Amino acid sequence: MTTFRPNSVGRPIKRREDPRLIRGLATYTDDVKLPGMTCAAFVRSDFAAGAIRSIDTSAAAAHPGVVGVYTYADLDGKVGATPIGVEIPGMPDHPLLANGRVLYVGHPVAVVVAETPYAARDAAAMVEVDIEPREAVVDVEAALAPGAPRVYEELDSNVCLHIPAPNPEADKLFEQADQTLSIRLLNQRVAPFPMEGRAICAHWEEGPGKLTIWTSNQAPHSVKQQIAMCLGIPEIRIRAIAPEVGGGFGAKIPTYAEDALLCWVSRDLMRPVKWAETRTENLLGMTHGRGHVEKIDVAFQTDGRVLALKGQTISEIGAFRSFFGPFIALSTHTMSCGCYDIKAVAWETSSVFTNTMATEAYRGAGRPEAAYIIERVMDEVAAATGLDPVAVRRRNFISKDVFPHTTPSGATYDTGDYEKPLDRLIELAGYDEARTAQRSAREEGRLVGIGLATFTEVCGLGPSTGATPQQRMGTWESATVRVEPTGNVTVYTGVSPHGQGQETVFAQMVADAFGVGLDDVVVVHGDTDQVQHGVGTFGSRGIAVGGAALDMALVKVHAKATRIAAHHLDAPVDQIEFEDGEFTVSGTDRTLTFREVAEKAHLWNVNVPGEEPGLEAVARFEPSATTFPFGAHLCQVEIDPESGQIEIQRYVAIDDFGEVLNPMLADGQRLGGVVQGIGQAMWEEVQYDEGGQLLSGTLMDYAVPRAKHFPRMELDNTVTPTPINPLGAKGIGELGTIGATPCIVNAIVDALRPLGITNIDMPAKPERVWQAIRSAGAA
Amino acid sequence: MPRSVPVTVTVNGSKHEREVEPRTLLVHFLREELDLTGAHIGCESTLCGACTVHLDGRAVKSCTVLAVQADGQQVTTIEGLAASADELHPLQTGFWEKHGLQCGYCTPGMIMAAKQLLDDNPNPTEAEIREAIDGNICRCTGYQQIVDAVQHAADVAGGA
Ligand code: FES
Ligand code: FES
Repeated sequence: MTTFRPNSVGRPIKRREDPRLIRGLATYTDDVKLPGMTCAAFVRSDFAAGAIRSIDTSAAAAHPGVVGVYTYADLDGKVGATPIGVEIPGMPDHPLLANGRVLYVGHPVAVVVAETPYAARDAAAMVEVDIEPREAVVDVEAALAPGAPRVYEELDSNVCLHIPAPNPEADKLFEQADQTLSIRLLNQRVAPFPMEGRAICAHWEEGPGKLTIWTSNQAPHSVKQQIAMCLGIPEIRIRAIAPEVGGGFGAKIPTYAEDALLCWVSRDLMRPVKWAETRTENLLGMTHGRGHVEKIDVAFQTDGRVLALKGQTISEIGAFRSFFGPFIALSTHTMSCGCYDIKAVAWETSSVFTNTMATEAYRGAGRPEAAYIIERVMDEVAAATGLDPVAVRRRNFISKDVFPHTTPSGATYDTGDYEKPLDRLIELAGYDEARTAQRSAREEGRLVGIGLATFTEVCGLGPSTGATPQQRMGTWESATVRVEPTGNVTVYTGVSPHGQGQETVFAQMVADAFGVGLDDVVVVHGDTDQVQHGVGTFGSRGIAVGGAALDMALVKVHAKATRIAAHHLDAPVDQIEFEDGEFTVSGTDRTLTFREVAEKAHLWNVNVPGEEPGLEAVARFEPSATTFPFGAHLCQVEIDPESGQIEIQRYVAIDDFGEVLNPMLADGQRLGGVVQGIGQAMWEEVQYDEGGQLLSGTLMDYAVPRAKHFPRMELDNTVTPTPINPLGAKGIGELGTIGATPCIVNAIVDALRPLGITNIDMPAKPERVWQAIRSAGAA
Repeated sequence: MPRSVPVTVTVNGSKHEREVEPRTLLVHFLREELDLTGAHIGCESTLCGACTVHLDGRAVKSCTVLAVQADGQQVTTIEGLAASADELHPLQTGFWEKHGLQCGYCTPGMIMAAKQLLDDNPNPTEAEIREAIDGNICRCTGYQQIVDAVQHAADVAGGA
């Protein structure tokens, strides 16, 4: 795995970021205070669609403490539109504030800036916005119907992106197959719900001509570039800082309209401006995730072999294009085969506007939808053929001998051994006994279900060939390793962790490379003035790409240190050995410690021919391809037929994400991911009414998982390294979420199948389950 | 200008006198007036627990307590939980040892809620821990390592 002998890497080292967090001493964006700071509050549309007749800001402007009120008229021609990652010709831009029309409930119409947050909120309530409502289109399938109201009247339809991928081979296999089945699956819209909502503090300093932005974001280098483009300020005059960030889950990848606007306002007022959204604003105006309707046809043999899939994805992207929004759904098609050797796939993807908040990446971004589809399909094939779900999966697995394997939907899997985690799962969960117990429970009339998911997904996207000029970034990542004359080390990484723990894992890697202590290493991230270019933390890339860049930089520094040591030890480089922080001329007792070499590199290095002074290296890792971790999950549920309540009795997750650098942190990622996936399966749902009013705008109406919902999860892992990066690590952040959702729904459907129920849409709330039981009983 | 009223609150052992608007929430008082930003705001509606502090020895959600309601009382925040600046409270140690936090945003509130539990019940079961933190949301950890952290603190405190 690592280039260096693991000593610290691979161990459950406790986190170096924790002391400040557990003592309440960390600085999140809303904790930033600057002299002369002002506070912003937004005025948002109460209508899902309508024309703005007038906006009266006079009362707000006259309110004590108010220093500025802005509407679109103040910005016109001075700023660009809401940043997007990929252009689609002919699609309308989204202005930073509503320009003449509102497109969704929560659409920012005006912003009030005042001396205190209370004054800003008071004054925002005084802004009078007169809107002539018009008919909104909210349901995504209704939005596709002929004659449906259009989100953008200037467009012919609500379709933003339509990508058909027909396949005659699939048609042929459908004709030849023993059996076919069709299933319609909903992947409901959910709220990412990081505990810290969006927050920004923008500070324009006229003297130096510099904009500093504290932003609760996963990709501060992207924020810097996007603000530069939107505001027309050279990026060399912008510093973006992601201080402590309280969760992101994909929704903090974009640079939001509010972010760009407040940067512009700070320059206009020449004062710092801060804004931290309320939870209701967060549910209204932070991008949502998922929001797919899928229709799937499956061709299969009576022995359980799945031959071909035909799928249709309708993805609701809301009222405007978020950074990657319209493109997220494409990976559902790409990942549609899961870990199965399916011969042909035909697909059709439509990304469709509705009068709702935009959707964007959310923990998995298109891949959870794919895993949900294929794992539900496997269970339905099992039911249709009378085979055990485990047997059907084994029959269809891609053999471990054929990697790298390219699927008919265009993904090239690096490595895989899908039997391995499944075998371990069967053993750990006691699968056969569980099925036996289930049979007796059923005889007593109890609704006990066992669900499985054996899945694969995508991490650490690469190479950068798909990057666009709008993104101003690729899929690479950077690291600088700077050794001080004392031998202490600072790492500057382009990833921007917000809970993942790279301050610890990267220190472990440095400790192993140089033989220094964890306390002798500091990892700097999330500050564009300190860190060379970087890309950020999303798509499970922190270790697989960011860690790989660090490994490259460590190799470079180590090589130079070895040359310096060789010079001072008067020996050829190839006779220098390194162990436990010491360079030794092999077979002798002549040694120099790493710290002595660091000192020599800075103080007397002029004597080393051909070497520059100093001990530092920058590296950028460009992944040649993408990694594909996988896993096998099982859960057992029991449903109360009287109430529809679902009890999760057992959840077992065996994942394979390649080499593991810190198993304790890896467990944390997996546990958190599983709970988020179960949240979607069982409770979470962003709901709008027919008129586009948000019904799930507070924690009273949006159900986030809580501690007592869960039993103790059982985890284990297998190790199938990747050759894509020098660490052999695949990525882990999204795995749990991707496996858990189908696993739970399969268990629920398994419990209800004796009643003739073959599908339950998410979220499987008690009421929905109870209704299904009632209708089944009536039938 | 809005009317102000005087309040005197003893926070983490130090007495603070301020003039505040009557509607000022305790969490805003702590964060804005006293620069104690350890209590976080996650919902401003008593539903997430990120703002949990202790008021006269009982855990409260400081987003739904007015600063004037704390007048003349004792408040303990995460910053004042440990006995001294170079020590950690057993709960803080537990969260650190057991990886009970990721982004850390829920953590101060979670720890203060868990403190209430351990004050009332020094030897809780797993189910009791899960019940006790039911008013606190963590979006990152999936709660299991938080449960372990609280258990660890209980074990350490019990063993001491
Ligand atoms: S901020 Fe007080 S409970 Fe959520
Ligand atoms: S650690 Fe992030 S919300 Fe709990």
